[in-house]
Amino acid sequence: MTVPDGFFLLAAGLVLGGAVLAVSLENVFYNALALMLSLFGVAMLFIFLNAEFLAVIEVIIYIGAISIAILFAIMLSQPMLSRREVPSAAKLFRAGAAAALVFLGLQRAIGTARWHQAPVDGDYGIDGIGKALLGPNVLPFEAVSLVLLVAIIGALVLAADPKERASK
Amino acid sequence: MMHQSLSSYLWISTALFAIGLYGLLARRNLVAVLISLELILNSAGLNFVAFNRFALVDKSSGQVFMIFIVALAAAEVCIGLSLILLLYRRTDSIDTERAKELNG
Repeated sequence: MTVPDGFFLLAAGLVLGGAVLAVSLENVFYNALALMLSLFGVAMLFIFLNAEFLAVIEVIIYIGAISIAILFAIMLSQPMLSRREVPSAAKLFRAGAAAALVFLGLQRAIGTARWHQAPVDGDYGIDGIGKALLGPNVLPFEAVSLVLLVAIIGALVLAADPKERASK
Repeated sequence: MMHQSLSSYLWISTALFAIGLYGLLARRNLVAVLISLELILNSAGLNFVAFNRFALVDKSSGQVFMIFIVALAAAEVCIGLSLILLLYRRTDSIDTERAKELNG
């Protein structure tokens, strides 16, 4: 086993181990921390795939903003931390069976498919991404910026204190 | 070379998708459901970037898709968390099975 393979296995272990912890631990706070671990593994895999810019984006936006927002929401509603879920065995079994079926079906599909292979060399840099964003993909780019604006306004309207709004 | 074959990345992203699906179906806490959704979005993004490296000639189209996924995930979390906080303030619980009535 070579050194890059060792790091690849480490990243895969971080992704899958973090994901398992993120869905299985009972405390939501630990779930969010495990999600951060898993996302860090995904960022490592992006570096293996030559997408360094995406690795940075993953760490800054996913770990730095989205996970922190989830942690904030958990801590703002204090009793959420201490409340215990009582999982019903039938529901867990059904969920596990559905996930296993999807996993096996997708693995089978991947095993039998023939992929069109392309050369691995090419321009992975920010130049190409910027040109693609403002060239052929400029309409989705603008649409996403509009969606983000609407989401910010919507979140502000939803999170406003209803009593304060009524008194105005 | 494990890190230079498409199928190992596809294996990881399939496993990540299955784990996220399990969390989506098994958990009753709304924040945990949101966390599982993030895992599923990441498995899709990992697929896009893996195919970008191994099967595309233009090496920026797959990365652009991942950027869109990240932006939409940020919007989704922003709206989802404020809805969850609103629900928590009204019903004092974030259990999906106790949130059957949503009209104010």
